Amino acid sequence: MAGLIARRARRQRVFRWAVVLVLGVFFLLPLIAMVEFSTRDGAQAWRLLVDWPQLSETYPDLATGIVASLGQAVLTALLMLALLVPTTVWVRLRLPGLRRLIEFICLLPLTIPAIVLVVGLAPVYAWVTYFLGGSSLTLTFAYTILVLPYAYRAIDAGLSAIDVKTLAEAARSLGAGWGTVMWRVVLPNIRSAVLSAAFLTVALVLGEFTIASLLNRDNLQVAINLLGKSSATMSVAVSLAALLLAFVLLLLLSLFGGRRKAAE
Amino acid sequence: MADVVDTPDLAAPGPEIRAGRRVLITRARSLLGTVPFFAYVVTFLVIPTLVVVIGAFTGDGGFTPANVRALGNAYILDAFARSILLSLVTAAIGAILGALLAYALVTAKPGGVLRRVVTAASGVLAQFGGVTLAFAFLATIGLSGFVTVFLKDRLGFDLYANGVWLFELPGLMLVYTYFQVPLMVIVFLPALDGIRPQWREATESLGGSTWQYWTRVAGPLLAPAFLGAMLLLFANAFSAYATAAALVSQGNPIVPLQIRSALTSEVVLGQQNLGKAMALGMVLVVAVVMALYALLSRKTARWLA
Repeated sequence: MAGLIARRARRQRVFRWAVVLVLGVFFLLPLIAMVEFSTRDGAQAWRLLVDWPQLSETYPDLATGIVASLGQAVLTALLMLALLVPTTVWVRLRLPGLRRLIEFICLLPLTIPAIVLVVGLAPVYAWVTYFLGGSSLTLTFAYTILVLPYAYRAIDAGLSAIDVKTLAEAARSLGAGWGTVMWRVVLPNIRSAVLSAAFLTVALVLGEFTIASLLNRDNLQVAINLLGKSSATMSVAVSLAALLLAFVLLLLLSLFGGRRKAAE
Repeated sequence: MADVVDTPDLAAPGPEIRAGRRVLITRARSLLGTVPFFAYVVTFLVIPTLVVVIGAFTGDGGFTPANVRALGNAYILDAFARSILLSLVTAAIGAILGALLAYALVTAKPGGVLRRVVTAASGVLAQFGGVTLAFAFLATIGLSGFVTVFLKDRLGFDLYANGVWLFELPGLMLVYTYFQVPLMVIVFLPALDGIRPQWREATESLGGSTWQYWTRVAGPLLAPAFLGAMLLLFANAFSAYATAAALVSQGNPIVPLQIRSALTSEVVLGQQNLGKAMALGMVLVVAVVMALYALLSRKTARWLA
C-alpha cells in the first residue's frame, strides 16, 4: 500500500510538471515574443513610453486614448459605487424581497455580449450625445453596465460578511442620519470590497474595445488598434505595457482578497 | 353628522386600515431609494435590449419579418456556423487543457507556490483578450513574428507554407484558446477541490482500480461540472469581439464581425436592422447556453458544493 501511494505520488509529480511545462511555454511564448518584438530596433519604443511630452507629440492619438481611458476608468468606478453601494445597502435594510431581482439584473450583462449591447446602445447614445455632447467620457454610462456583474459580486460579498442591519440600527438609534450611516458606518466596514470592485472596474475599463470602437469614441484599446496600422513596434510595446498594468491591478486585487480571507 | 355615524369607515378609517396604509406609504418610500438604480438600468440596459429585440422585427414601415428572414441568407448562416464551430472547438480544447492543468494543481501542495502562481496568472490571463491579445499573437506568429522568424531562419520551416492561416478561423481558434484555458482553470478548480480523497480510498478498499475510480466515481461526479464549464467557455468565445476585430480586417468570418459591418456600413438600406436581427440571434444562442449552464450547475452543487 505504501509503495502504491509513493508510486502514485511520483506519477502525479511527473504528470504535474509535464502539464505545467507544456502549457507554461504556450502561455509565456507570446509574452516573450512581445518583449522581443518591441525591442527589435533598440529600447526606443520603451523610452518613448515613459517620456510623456515626447509621446504625446509623436503619437497624439495614443496620448488622447490614454487620457480618455484613465478618465473613463475613474468616472466608471465612481458612478458604479454611487449606484451600487447605496442601492444594495438600502435593499438589505428595507427591501430584502428585492435582493434576488437586483442580483438578477446585475448579473444580466454577463449573458448579453458587448457586441449586442452596442447595437442597442447606438440610439441611446444618440440622445446622450444630444444632451451631453460626444465626449469619450460619456462611455462611462455603458461601462458602468458592463462592470455591474463583477462589481456587484464584490460588494455583495463584502456586505454579506458584516451585519448591515444591526450596524445601521445601532447608528440610527444613536441619532445618525442615513448619510452618516452610509459614510461613517457601512462604507468603512466594506472598504476592501469597495476597493476590489473599483480595481476590477479599472482593469475592465482599461481593456474595453468593443463599445468604444463601434460608437466611434476614443480610448486606450482603440488607440492601440489604430497604432497597429502605422507602427507595429510601438503598438506591441503599448500592448505589453497595458497588459503589465492590468496584471499589477489584478495582483493587487488578489492580495486584498487574500488578506480579507485571512482576516475572516 | 348623521352621515358620519352611518359611514364611519369613510370619515375615519379603522385602526387596521390606517396601519395598512401606513405600511404602504413606508413601502413606497422605501422603494423610492431604489429609483436611481432602476432608472439607470432601464436606460442603459433594458432599453438597449428592447431596441435590439424590437428592431429585429421592424423596418421602415413598422412590423416586418424581413430582417429575421434575412438571417437565412447563406453568408449569415455561414457566419453563425463558423462562430459556433469556433466556440465549440475552443471550448473543447480549452476545457480539456484547462481541466488537465487544474488537476495538476490539485495534486500539488494545497497552499504551495505553484498553485498560487498559476491561479493568479489564470485570473489575469482569462481577462486578457481583445486588441492586446491580438497584437501579442502578431508579435509571436505574425508574418515577422518571433516564432515565425525563428522557425524559418533556424529550422527552415515555413509556418505559412500553405497560406497565412493566422487571420482566418484556425488563427482565431489558436488565439481564443489563450484565454479559454485560464478561464477553465478558474471555473473548474473549485469542482476538483470538492473531490474528497476518501472517495478514492473507498474505491480502493472495495478493490477498484484507478481506471474504475475515474470512470465510475470521479468521472460521473465531475461530468456536470466539466460540461457546465464548457458551456461557459462556449458563451465566452461566442460573444468575444475585440480579439477577432483586431486580428481580422478583411472579410467577416464570424457573427460579431458581421454585426460590425452591418453597423458601420451605411451603404445598404435596412442594414442597421439586419444587425439587430443578428444580435438577437446571438442573444438567443447565449441564452440557451446559459440556461443549460444554470441547469448543470444546480446538478453539480449536489455533490461538489
